[in-house]
Amino acid sequence: MTTIIALTILGILVLFLGIMKKQSWLLPVILLGLVVSMALTVTGWNMPKSYAHEMVIVDNVSIAFSTVLIFSAFLIFSLAARYYRGVTRPLDDIYGVMIFALTGAVMMTSYGNLIMLFLGIETLSIALYVLAGSHKEAITSNEATLKYFLLGSFLSGFLLFGIALIYGSSGSFDLHRISEYVAACSGNYPPMFLAGLFLLIIGLSFKIAIVPFHFWAPDVYEGTPTLLTAFMATVVKTASIVAMYRFFTHTFHGIHGVWETTIWVMAVFTILLGNLTGVYQPNLKRMLAYSSISHSGYMLLAVVAFSPMSDNALLLYTLSYSIATISAFGILILIREARGNDYFSSLNGMAKTNPLEAFCLTVSMLSLAGIPPLAGFMAKYYLFTTALEKGFVWLVIVAVAGSAISVAYYFRPIIAMYLKESDGVQLTVETPYKVHLFFMTLMIILVGLLPFLVIGLV
Amino acid sequence: MLTVILILIPLAISLILLTIKQEKAIRQFALAGAVVEFGVAVAAFITYKTSCHCNLLFTADWLTTLGVSLKFGMDGISLLMVMLTTFLVPVIILSSFSHTYSRPSAFYSLVLLMEMALVGVFVAFDGLIFYIFWELALIPAWFICAVWGGHDRIRITFKFFIYTFVGSLFMLVALIYLYFRTPLPHSFDFQWLYAATLTPAEQTWIFIAFFLAFAIKVPVFPLHTWQPDTYTAAPAAGSMLLGGIMLKMGIYGMIRWMIPICHQAVQLYAPVAIILAVTGIVYASVIAIRQNDMKRLVAYSSIAHVGLIAAGVFALTPYAMEGAVIQMVSHGINIVGLFIVIDLIEQRTGTRSIRDLGGIALKAPRLAIMFMIILLGSIALPLTNGFIGEFLLLLGLFEYSKIFAAIAGLTIIFSAVYMLRMYQRTMLGTTNGLTEQVSDLTWPEMVLFIPLVVMIFWIGLFPGMFLDVALPDVLQILNFVK
Repeated sequence: MTTIIALTILGILVLFLGIMKKQSWLLPVILLGLVVSMALTVTGWNMPKSYAHEMVIVDNVSIAFSTVLIFSAFLIFSLAARYYRGVTRPLDDIYGVMIFALTGAVMMTSYGNLIMLFLGIETLSIALYVLAGSHKEAITSNEATLKYFLLGSFLSGFLLFGIALIYGSSGSFDLHRISEYVAACSGNYPPMFLAGLFLLIIGLSFKIAIVPFHFWAPDVYEGTPTLLTAFMATVVKTASIVAMYRFFTHTFHGIHGVWETTIWVMAVFTILLGNLTGVYQPNLKRMLAYSSISHSGYMLLAVVAFSPMSDNALLLYTLSYSIATISAFGILILIREARGNDYFSSLNGMAKTNPLEAFCLTVSMLSLAGIPPLAGFMAKYYLFTTALEKGFVWLVIVAVAGSAISVAYYFRPIIAMYLKESDGVQLTVETPYKVHLFFMTLMIILVGLLPFLVIGLV
Repeated sequence: MLTVILILIPLAISLILLTIKQEKAIRQFALAGAVVEFGVAVAAFITYKTSCHCNLLFTADWLTTLGVSLKFGMDGISLLMVMLTTFLVPVIILSSFSHTYSRPSAFYSLVLLMEMALVGVFVAFDGLIFYIFWELALIPAWFICAVWGGHDRIRITFKFFIYTFVGSLFMLVALIYLYFRTPLPHSFDFQWLYAATLTPAEQTWIFIAFFLAFAIKVPVFPLHTWQPDTYTAAPAAGSMLLGGIMLKMGIYGMIRWMIPICHQAVQLYAPVAIILAVTGIVYASVIAIRQNDMKRLVAYSSIAHVGLIAAGVFALTPYAMEGAVIQMVSHGINIVGLFIVIDLIEQRTGTRSIRDLGGIALKAPRLAIMFMIILLGSIALPLTNGFIGEFLLLLGLFEYSKIFAAIAGLTIIFSAVYMLRMYQRTMLGTTNGLTEQVSDLTWPEMVLFIPLVVMIFWIGLFPGMFLDVALPDVLQILNFVK
């Protein structure tokens, strides 16, 4: 709760700074504010509390994931100075809306009530519709926001309808009450309740971009300003998958027989389709969009294989995925700025002209592909172990096959950077940005070598 | 403790190399580091006691909740593999001095990183740590071959990467699956994995997963299609690392992990594996005879030779297993020697095409002599290292089945045919425009061959000390299949 309040205050503060025309203060204040919010979040560790009639539940799981969200946002804001370099218009609105979106994301990790879930999702989504279109002059940005808005609001309707149906049958929005109702049903669920459940699955799947509700993702990712795409691919995805995870595992685990098949079939399709389509993408940004789709498939494994281990598995996975993805987007920003596009050929010969940046992108690609000893490998390994413990052998084999396919596209930037000849144009990168990229790379390696720092937590 | 030092030295050197700018300093430092590493390995060899490997064991906690610990150690088989690795890497580094590679610090750094991963594979006593090093070895190998490789390297090395990566991913699933079948508390420790209780069906699946991973690396027919192209496209040092050491990872994995863990399935499917291996021997030998590119010829000959090793492993008899272990060492030495000779010829004439060469022996007698010695080792002439290994392998295979032994024995005849044909066409006869100006080996180049030649005769004449080191552990592994 303190996190939500702190972030809201930070958002308002940012808007005020805008009114007072203190543009140069924005980023320092935001970064400091995020650190403070992170610290406030962590202070609640091991002291589970609920607020406002269990509307918000703050336990270790929610604290851990909120920290991942704020940390990801911190990493993204650290890229912002470079991304908006040379932009003369005031940026307080974009930053403010990003922070409100982050607030919504935090709400999605700590809800105890379906109304709160819906509020969180809407806070996040409405902010994102604005952000996707924030590059007003670009037609692609307008296209992205329109697509995202039309589909998103439509799917929000599904979500709300699902919540209403569940309320109609169980008589409550409260997760505890609903799980009591589920237990009382003892196997006989009214069709209204089941319909509500599946509408909810559809609504959440859309936000996470799970096949078959993923069609918006590549186009929206491509059109959205790159910095905000990084935000969508990490913060939004983490928040949505955690919302789904909490919903199904903590509330509906008693009836996992009802939804389990649906989820794992979707996981299989997400992994296979995401990876297979990823192979055929012409540019880095679209490739990262499909990579993010396929990774949501892997994360679904944690939902299906709920066990004491799966909290940690999902935590490690979201953390390592977020860092690696933000690092990749960090390079993408540079390339798009220097070349005006992000076709793989724009990366040619980067190893010669920009060895550090090439190394950072390589590590992040290898981590996403799950190559030891990087963070991505550890996360995948831990997730697969969780799933195998529950006996999902075939699901893990599909996931492994997906990883094998994914190498085909994760290696394309590496091949371009190291094996193709460059046109000799060097990307100019300031030292702070380099340090930031290197820091993320170091994190990927360290989390891979010392995963027990993360997985013993929850 | 020595075991951990063996892993850390190459890692440290590979990191330091990245900070050095001068090419000469890089080369000297890389070579010095690799020699020190070999010295440590020799120290391990001397202190090693056959009865107890406690002095080389190292254990530390890592992922306690998941049953993964940093457990490193060496038994006789690991020790020989580590000796082979640390012996060959300085030779490979020295042989690279005649090339001027672009970005030398990255090149030598990757070579040493690869050495670290290879040593790690051979000394890991924990299933997951083994897997991590196994995958880790692939990354530097890919970079070395892809960045400094020859014609069409992007497509070829990518195929190589995908092939080996796919194989090992299924091994990962098998390892995690095994983990949950180990006695409580679950652990990836190799003794726990050995003690896993498995139904016959589970044994079969796990066998298939392991076999795929290892057979692709070796490579066993019909999973070999990545190999000739990769060896040909790789730079000289890359071919040596792949052919000399990396393929041993596959055989070593079979002996250390696959046979003890799924021993029932191994016994059941051994005939299938042997048939594949023996088919590979004949198939690759016939193709080798027709090759014109020397590197390609050696690549195919390697498929034939390791096919025999794989067949010997699956014969599951003490002679064959001992032969497999000793032949891994011999094959590593011989193939590196052959690649060095080919590399030197290519540097002098600019071609590897057998058809275009001839009469080099007239101009470069020292090179011809060295080539001949290594070649004789490779075709298993008595008194050379190849003979010991192949003799034991065939003896073991003969105990298992006379027919397989007879077919596999063809490898000796075939290898004499293609190797001597290569020698005859390149070294003998009259010189032509290309070979007219060939200079003989310089003394620094002679230094390169001395260790190899010494080892060829040492193993050939006194194989006892190498065989004795591995024997107790070979018997222990074979105990699982009795």
